[in-house]
Amino acid sequence: MKAMKTPLKRVRGLGSANEGTEHFWQQRMTALANIPLTLFFVGSIAALHGADYNTVMSYFSSPIVTILMLLTVLSAVIHMRLGMQIIIEDYIHNEGTKVLALMANTFFAVFVGLACAYALIKIGVS
Amino acid sequence: MADANPGGRPLSPHLQIYKPLFTMVMSILHRITGGALYVGTLLVVWWLVAAASGPEYFDFANGIMGSFVGRLVLFGYTWALLHHMLGGVRHFIWDTGAMLDVPRAQMLAKLTLAGSLTLTLTIWIVGTLVF
Repeated sequence: MKAMKTPLKRVRGLGSANEGTEHFWQQRMTALANIPLTLFFVGSIAALHGADYNTVMSYFSSPIVTILMLLTVLSAVIHMRLGMQIIIEDYIHNEGTKVLALMANTFFAVFVGLACAYALIKIGVS
Repeated sequence: MADANPGGRPLSPHLQIYKPLFTMVMSILHRITGGALYVGTLLVVWWLVAAASGPEYFDFANGIMGSFVGRLVLFGYTWALLHHMLGGVRHFIWDTGAMLDVPRAQMLAKLTLAGSLTLTLTIWIVGTLVF
């Protein structure tokens, strides 16, 4: 679509996405949250690696662990959705493909978040 | 979206023109690790759902993760996480306007790589020995 406005006029103010700095801010918020959560998560992986079923279940049945894991999943899926959105916008120039890829990106993030949350809560309350 | 090159004017050269610089390679690596972590979340989903499904399926999944290739993937996944995390810390430093000059940007890039390797090895050694 050819608009009569100059490119500068179009990017002024809120920008073409009409959301201002929301993307940047959410990306940095989740990045900050991800620092302690990632250290907790990687520590958990390293500690649980090779552990048997009962050990893993007893670890994930602790409410503190479940809550920290849920926070990790929440922060990580928001962060990764924002990051992949940038990658898609950088490399996919066909408008239709780009819109579909952006939708698939959201679906993927929601699926990962929901699947992890369900598994964690199921283990946590069992 | 605005037309990137409305007047058909010459564009600035892209990646393949430049000699790879360390800061540039680390920037690309930040994006690559981010993309890899995105796909890697499927492993986390699989492992957590396996644990939630019961002992039989969990033992099957754990057997695969405990194999040599599984361990290698897991080690790489944790390194990618920690490397991307330290890359993010580097961006936080730059967000304040600090350390943007070439010598210190290069030093930060080197520290990021050295830090991610050291941190990953340390966590795995502690995780294996203590637990």
